[in-house]
Amino acid sequence: MSTFYFIAFLSIFFSILVITAKNPVHSILYLILTFFTFTIHYILMNAQFLAIVNFIVYMGAILVLFLYTLMLINLNKESEPRKSNLVNIAGFIGGTCFLITIVAALKAFKVSQPVILHDPNLGLVKNLGKILFNEYLLPFEVSSILLLSAMVGAVLLATKDPKTA
Amino acid sequence: METLTKTMQGVPLNHYILLCSIIFSIGVIGVLIRRNAIVIFMSVELMLNSVNLLLAAFSVYRGDATGQVFVFFVMALAAAEVAVGLAIIVMIYRNTNSIDINVLNRLKW
Repeated sequence: MSTFYFIAFLSIFFSILVITAKNPVHSILYLILTFFTFTIHYILMNAQFLAIVNFIVYMGAILVLFLYTLMLINLNKESEPRKSNLVNIAGFIGGTCFLITIVAALKAFKVSQPVILHDPNLGLVKNLGKILFNEYLLPFEVSSILLLSAMVGAVLLATKDPKTA
Repeated sequence: METLTKTMQGVPLNHYILLCSIIFSIGVIGVLIRRNAIVIFMSVELMLNSVNLLLAAFSVYRGDATGQVFVFFVMALAAAEVAVGLAIIVMIYRNTNSIDINVLNRLKW
């Protein structure tokens, strides 16, 4: 149980570092650490499939994509000029108000049963695969079309226009 | 693995909701206070991931695997979104030589 609180502390700590780090490369590295703590959360819930997918897709693919884009966009000058203090404070207050609203709503809803894994097979690849390919076969196929169209769109957007170049 | 899972037994659901809403609001604050388009994009990823974690926690709480299937779909969607979004950012950089979002104020009233 204390493992959860320790990992939760780490996730919050690293996610604060993501948005406060001056250098975007450091931000990305902290984001990788945050996602790693999320993977540990999934393992604690025995959601093994999600843990692996989070590890491979997020940490392995998406964040490497971020790093490569940052490499293409060569920001030698350390970082962007910060927003004015007023905008920073307004943004902080806005986010905090959002958090307070959610926490207050949570207070209204008093019951809090512990999260207990009744069926240890719940998050295993075998069980999820059966559900994915029986009940959610159509959304699964549609998501493959989505990924294909996203790939085509990304290539189309990122290639230089031959007429203007 | 079994002992590891045993150790988390008994974390109240409210604490998961609290953790996820804190991380979600950190993402919101990040979107509001940063000017670098890539960092804003990363904050959006942070929000998506906190929702994923909460969905998985509810799925375990209810003993229903549908939530975890939805997390899988959200991850597929996030991958597509990142590919297109980063392509747009690269294109913006090529046209304006900057990824500062304050340069993109032509839609301002």
